[in-house]
Amino acid sequence: MIEYKDITKVYGEDVKAVDDVSFTVEDGEIVVLLGPSGCGKTTLLRMVNRLESITEGDILLDGKSTSNLNEIELRRGIGYVIQSNGLFPNMTIEQNVTIVPHLLGWDKQKKEERYQKLMKLVGLDVEDFRKRFPHELSGGQQQRIGVIRALAADPPAMLMDEPFGALDPIIREKVQDEFLAIQKELHKTILFVSHDINEAIKMGDKIALMKDGQLMQYDTPANILQNPANEFVTQFVGQDRTIKSLSIHMVNDIYSQNKLKENKKLAKQVSLNTNLRDALGAILESKEQAVTVVNGQNETVGSLDFDGINQFISELTS
Amino acid sequence: MDSKKRITWIVRIIVYLLVIAFFYWTITNEYFNYITENIDQFKVLVREHLQIVGLSSGMALLVAIPLAIFVTRPTFKRVESLVSTLVNFGYTIPNMAILALMMGFLGIGFKTAVFALFLYSILPIYRNTVAGIQSVNTSLIDAAKGMGFKPSQILFKVELPNAAYAIIAGVRTAVVINIGATALAYLIGGGGLGNWIFMGIKVFDNSILLSGAVTVTLLAVITDYLLRAVEHIVVPKGTKR
Repeated sequence: MIEYKDITKVYGEDVKAVDDVSFTVEDGEIVVLLGPSGCGKTTLLRMVNRLESITEGDILLDGKSTSNLNEIELRRGIGYVIQSNGLFPNMTIEQNVTIVPHLLGWDKQKKEERYQKLMKLVGLDVEDFRKRFPHELSGGQQQRIGVIRALAADPPAMLMDEPFGALDPIIREKVQDEFLAIQKELHKTILFVSHDINEAIKMGDKIALMKDGQLMQYDTPANILQNPANEFVTQFVGQDRTIKSLSIHMVNDIYSQNKLKENKKLAKQVSLNTNLRDALGAILESKEQAVTVVNGQNETVGSLDFDGINQFISELTS
Repeated sequence: MDSKKRITWIVRIIVYLLVIAFFYWTITNEYFNYITENIDQFKVLVREHLQIVGLSSGMALLVAIPLAIFVTRPTFKRVESLVSTLVNFGYTIPNMAILALMMGFLGIGFKTAVFALFLYSILPIYRNTVAGIQSVNTSLIDAAKGMGFKPSQILFKVELPNAAYAIIAGVRTAVVINIGATALAYLIGGGGLGNWIFMGIKVFDNSILLSGAVTVTLLAVITDYLLRAVEHIVVPKGTKR
């Protein structure tokens, strides 16, 4: 758990980079710090491992004030991923991945086990990459290594500063999906900086939307899209927020309200955990303008058409 | 690319031909017989020469690298421009003038020569080390810091390995220049192969002159190759492109 308590940061005389920000990142949650550049989101992130100093207020890590902890030990206990991956060009992939365990003085066998486990986690060949150097890897592979390096000492919390920002869109989608799958297993407490609303909606359990050092809204992606707290939030999430909110709801949400249409055998079918955006796409592509909905056991549980989605969304936003 | 390669090859062949022609000329004229006839003196001169180079370069290494590390620490960044200006200014003085100047202070002899050449070797090593460390990507330093490296670990595990190529290049430049400059040490009574070169000039004798000059050149070439071998060992594989 990471708790921000009345955090203020002042540069020089009176330039407020962060202005009285308080919020809590619960265990196992991803919180995305979102906002335009210069809004203080990166500063806020870097305060947790004390790469930035705090003028006023305190950050608690699992209930303990970070200001009293030893800086070096604090940092070794928190995973840290940055945009340009920061892999050390002078070290092999193996050395890069196991650097924090190495600093912590783990023995050889423990490091080796950890290395193998982490490489398997992101689907990279254990032996093939061991002796290779970062510049021999693709951008996507480098970023995967950057992520597992941060996971190496199994820290409960991770700080990720626009970790996928330098990747091209297709690779980024893929690495995001992989990361979410890993998170489902590991349940880390994650602070994630992004300037991309779509990434924030996809990755975040909650979003902290920042502007000029102030916290505009701290809520779930669904609530931010449906009930923006003020003019700035409305503008930031954009005119297409209805379409965006489609990607955070599942067909299951309509099913659990018992609002699916009657069982029909149609050409196309979607599962309960398809998001509504993809479901809408399937509906528009289908000849019948409707799709069959199946559950995990591949049993038909109903059908869905454009009206069904439209009704669900209009109820949400009303 | 292809024409570039061709030009490189042509230049290389011309250089080889010139070297062969030069040695053909010197050997047919029996210029190097002076070495075999004076082999004992030759050994002494080479030893003196190497002692001056070794001592002055070694001391320069021990001063320049720590100094460069010191001025690139975050706490002492402010003195960096001051120290760099000073060292750069020192380098604008011709090496001949430094030898003369040191003679004025310290008198003549071996020690004066070593000291003057030591001063002169500091700059290339210092400048390359500073540039090398400063060119290490700041995101690497940030990542290292964020993962809990101690300042000394950032220096030894990140900064120096990634600056190694630049540092060794500076050492190579300094030592090779130093081997040539040491020939001037004779002028202030420092000994070395300059002895034969200047004697050869004075008495207008090609065999004495060339026995000195060619030996100095060969020493420089061999040393450069040796330092390249060191570079191959010291510079981390991943930082070579």
